[in-house]
Amino acid sequence: MGTILEINNLIISFDGFRALNGVTTKVEKGEIRFFIGPNGAGKTTLLDAICGRIRPQQGSIIFDGDKNIMHYPEHKLVNIGIGRKFQVPSVFTSLSVYENMEVSVVNDRSIMASLFQPITKAQKEKIDDILDLVDLKDYCDKKAADLSHGQKQWLEIAMLLVQDLQLILLDEPVAGMGRKETIKTGELLKSIAHHCTVIVVEHDMEFVRDYASKVTVMHEGRILDEGSVSQVQNNPKVIDVYLGRGGGNCA
Amino acid sequence: MTTKNFFKTPSSQTFLIIVLLLLIAPLFLSVFRINLLGKFIAYAILAIGIDLIWGYTGILSLGHGVFFGLGAYAMGMYLKMEAAHGKLPDFMSWSGLENLPTVWAPFSNPLSLALIVLVPALLAFIIGYLTFRNRIRGVYFSILSQALSLIFVVFFIGQQAYTGGTNGLTGFRTMFGMPLATDNTKYILYYAAIFLLVLVYLYCHFLVKHRLGKILVAIRDGENRVRFSGYDPAVYKIFVYVSSAVIAGIAGAIFVPQVGIISPAEMGIIPSIEMVIWVAIGGRGTLIGAVIGAILVNGLKSGISESFPEVWSYFLGLTFVIVVIFMPEGLVGLVKKYASKITCPIKKRKATEKASSVN
Ligand SMILES: Nc1ncnc2c1ncn2[C@@H]1O[C@H](COP(=O)(O)OP(=O)(O)O)[C@@H](O)[C@H]1O
Ligand SMILES: [Mg+2]
Repeated sequence: MGTILEINNLIISFDGFRALNGVTTKVEKGEIRFFIGPNGAGKTTLLDAICGRIRPQQGSIIFDGDKNIMHYPEHKLVNIGIGRKFQVPSVFTSLSVYENMEVSVVNDRSIMASLFQPITKAQKEKIDDILDLVDLKDYCDKKAADLSHGQKQWLEIAMLLVQDLQLILLDEPVAGMGRKETIKTGELLKSIAHHCTVIVVEHDMEFVRDYASKVTVMHEGRILDEGSVSQVQNNPKVIDVYLGRGGGNCA
Repeated sequence: MTTKNFFKTPSSQTFLIIVLLLLIAPLFLSVFRINLLGKFIAYAILAIGIDLIWGYTGILSLGHGVFFGLGAYAMGMYLKMEAAHGKLPDFMSWSGLENLPTVWAPFSNPLSLALIVLVPALLAFIIGYLTFRNRIRGVYFSILSQALSLIFVVFFIGQQAYTGGTNGLTGFRTMFGMPLATDNTKYILYYAAIFLLVLVYLYCHFLVKHRLGKILVAIRDGENRVRFSGYDPAVYKIFVYVSSAVIAGIAGAIFVPQVGIISPAEMGIIPSIEMVIWVAIGGRGTLIGAVIGAILVNGLKSGISESFPEVWSYFLGLTFVIVVIFMPEGLVGLVKKYASKITCPIKKRKATEKASSVN
């Protein structure tokens, strides 16, 4: 196993306010890494920086050993194997579930290809397999707008899975889900982690306990602690700023 | 997309019926009405282009009058040169010009008619490149497109000696040697307009029925998601903007010889907004809705303005408000809703029959 993502001394400020204040961490291949911390800790900002939505003022982000991805245009990230799921489920609501997948599955995303290269049989099978995995196979023809909240979250994850990524970034994937749906999502993460690395931003401590391989606790733009779930849970500083203040009951 | 599939969708079937009706309309209508209908067809072509960019891709351009105008002026300049018979067009000598301006020189050659599509395409490409690349979107783009329309109107009015000013270009005589005033030419132009309508519809139908169409809708629904799915939305937006500008140019070009005049008023903000209203009333994101909306609204307009010219603007405004509030998907949406209420039980019954026969 090697390192897939290396973040060095990342600093991001919005009009002088430091949302990230020197974040350094490494993510190993095959991990399910959780980033936790109170609201406003900078978790979403960190994901935004990794996927090129925000340009950091300082620091570096190295992907897969040698690729400095700080200046990558957002739409090219998929090509090198990074996918992002947003905090608010964002699927294409006017398209059917299948069409959502169709738009996601192709590798050639040029105008010409989108007019003259139909989906291949292999791609079709891939879509079917992944829809099966997220239990959406029976909803193929349904408009994404008509799915339940949880199903939309799964569809968005499915749209990432169909792209053969190496690193998937998930921003609060179980927010707004019931217990059953949360467990299902956790199992889904586990099976995804067999062939790619997953970074999850999450509030739900129970979920973190059950599925994290390593946890990074953030607070006010800094990393407070990093390690196994039990390790960070016993760190008095973490208890003080986060767990003690009812962060664990967030869900 | 096979022809068989084309005729399967209700919207294409409806389009086919409309085309057939238009084709036989000269049997029932006077040549005056046919000429009027030909103008509406030009508007319908324009509306299809607006539907492509607004209905499908979600980009609200409030300056499409410019592209329509540019196509129309290109055609108008050609007709004007043909009417001048190698001399200076009349309005130029009235404004004191002695030599033909360089921009006019190419228009003595029929090849210059290519400018009908090239000029709108180039302008749309430049503006699209500058705005979409810089992620100017939503209301900001709409305002910008309005400013474009304003600039062009002011410019065309100001350059009287070159453009004919407020009066625009008129006084055309012939087109490819055919006198424009005769009934015969009017029928030919009418059928040419239908031909272009079919062509443009097929082109847009081709675009939206392939994956490209889904990507356009995806851009409308969630541009960010599209971007993180690996697409560069700017490329698609520029493509759609250029396509719809070219379509508007074609519409302008078939408008001019039928109506006999093009003036800056046609490029203004008000007509540009009206164009969007046609599509909203017909039903956006359907292509056929744009065709129906443009023909219907303009038919009503000429009907109502003939008897009560002053009430038209109020009527249109009111209709628009009603449509936006009560039928956001326009007439087509309304029909779809009722049609599905009627056919759904039938479909369900068929489905259960199928299921039981499998068992
Ligand atoms: N675009 C922005 N402009 C200004 N401040 C921002 C912006 N995005 C985030 N912030 C601020 O940065 C801090 C971190 O936000 P965020 O990363 O969303 O936190 P988290 O996801 O951990 O809840 C917050 O205080 C937030 O208000
Ligand atoms: Mg957040």
